[in-house]
Amino acid sequence: MTTTLEASERPAEVTRPVNTLARRKLREAGLAYVLLIPAGVIFAVFIFYPFLKNFDLALHSTNPFNPDLSEYVGFEQFGDVLGSKEFFDSLWTTILFALMTVPFGIAFGLGLAVLAHQKLKGIAIFRTVFSSTVATSVAVAAVMFYTLFNPNIGLLKNISPTPPFLDNPGWALIAIAIVTIWQSLGLSFILMSAGLQAIPDELVEAAEVDGAGPWSRFRNVTLPLLSPTMFFAVVVGTIFAFQTFGQIDILTEGGPLKKTNVLTYFIYTELRVQRNPGKAAVLAIALFAITLVLTLVQLRFLERRVHYQR
Amino acid sequence: MSTSEGALAAKVPELATPTVTTASAGPPKRVWGLVGRYALLMVLAVIVLFPIYITVVNSLLNIDQIAKSKLFPTSPEWHTYSDAWTEGHLGTYLKNSFIMTAMIVIGQLVTATLAAYAFAFLEFPLKRTLFVVFLATLMIPFEVTIITNLTTVVDLGIYDSYAGLAIPFLATGFGAFLLRQAFLGVPRDLQDAAALDGYGHLRFLARVAVPLARPTMAALAVFAFLASWNQYLWPLLVTRDDRLRTVQVGLKQLRNTNLESFNVTFAGAVLAVIPLAILLLLFQKQLVRGLTAGAVKG
Repeated sequence: MTTTLEASERPAEVTRPVNTLARRKLREAGLAYVLLIPAGVIFAVFIFYPFLKNFDLALHSTNPFNPDLSEYVGFEQFGDVLGSKEFFDSLWTTILFALMTVPFGIAFGLGLAVLAHQKLKGIAIFRTVFSSTVATSVAVAAVMFYTLFNPNIGLLKNISPTPPFLDNPGWALIAIAIVTIWQSLGLSFILMSAGLQAIPDELVEAAEVDGAGPWSRFRNVTLPLLSPTMFFAVVVGTIFAFQTFGQIDILTEGGPLKKTNVLTYFIYTELRVQRNPGKAAVLAIALFAITLVLTLVQLRFLERRVHYQR
Repeated sequence: MSTSEGALAAKVPELATPTVTTASAGPPKRVWGLVGRYALLMVLAVIVLFPIYITVVNSLLNIDQIAKSKLFPTSPEWHTYSDAWTEGHLGTYLKNSFIMTAMIVIGQLVTATLAAYAFAFLEFPLKRTLFVVFLATLMIPFEVTIITNLTTVVDLGIYDSYAGLAIPFLATGFGAFLLRQAFLGVPRDLQDAAALDGYGHLRFLARVAVPLARPTMAALAVFAFLASWNQYLWPLLVTRDDRLRTVQVGLKQLRNTNLESFNVTFAGAVLAVIPLAILLLLFQKQLVRGLTAGAVKG
């Protein structure tokens, strides 16, 4: 670039230090921008542009048979889509799914973490076992449970009456929640274990000396100190729950009777099956808005109840 | 910053090193309590491991034995694994997953390191604004961007290719943030010493900053590996050619085959888990450290 030019001007630098400083600053800024370009370009093309483009798509109605024929319809499409029963059902399914998976996932993770926090011989083996589901993905977990839930050959057929899992509109979402909770158990366990480890033993021991029983110690000492970890787990868990897709696609494909048609699956079918990017964009914006609001609400209200150790 | 790094390390649970108690030689009541605890732990361990166990068992049974709910393979049918590998194309799927994952892990490490260096060591106009812009990428769910990204990938001519699978994920705001924190922990004396030795920025980055940030980079690499290996929606959307399917999407393909080959589907699930299991056994600490960095703040 300008390096040769600067080298020839070097004698002048001695007499004009201010100029060199300015030039060094300029060069430093130039280097900084160069270093930021690779990540910046990816973000611009694959995150910010599509995010903004989504709003444009949402204002247009697309012809499923000819994507080039799109017509500006303004906010009409928002009203049509977000006012539809299908959207409300899908939103309700998603909320129900989050309510089924997040609290149970955290509770089970915490329970296992507390049990594995004991000082017992060989406890490391149990810790490894409890964190083992981290190695599975949602797709793997879905395949693993697929047969268990199969009414003809699965293990559950031996229970009578056979629980009508994946084919039954009332049970399918519960079945998928079970798969999801099991799959996320390892992560939840690791998170909660880390939180428990961070609590100083002296605090719990002091409570014991004061005559507090195990439950009281847990309720009054451990739980408040663990609240930041649990808060983090609730926020992240809810966001994950709203992005559920793989296990639905493998196990039920949104059915039966659309009872597992969560928002992400709804978006997917509008995009790939119905070939309607405009409608999919409206749904995607709704998903974004819900995620944002949920995160902000959780940050505001939950954080007030969270005890931070200082 | 380096002190808080140390405090963080102290919070990492030592999952591998148990602390042995001396309470075992207590009165009889304590012994029964101890037995009860172990019994409870065993029951829970069996429940957690059961789906994995039954998957492995079913992968070695034939369909009649699966239907009879056999819980132990008396005459294991090992051929299911070679069937899954060749007829189920799992070898191809695994290869595709590896290529995609390797591209993403390396890409994220490189882009995040460069960006983090700028944010940690350089002064430039709009620094704060750009940092906020980088963090803002974390607020936008991926599902919101897929509609346009799919069009973009088609327009760029990289639909149905490794590039299409990997390029949208080559940068990470989270990684840039994590590495910036690590770089800020580099002691000032080291920077001054490097400046005295005439190190330019790029040499300082390669010789001092990156080696010191190695644990954080390892954590980031483990994260990126987990996340991209387990991706499902994007690989499903961006590939049509079966030869480019990743292992997670391939599992659905395997599941769709007839009832007779259920055991092959299970073999496929086991094969899909093995690389992750190895990775986690090797890098458990890095993962836990990365997770706690966000969760537990003293």
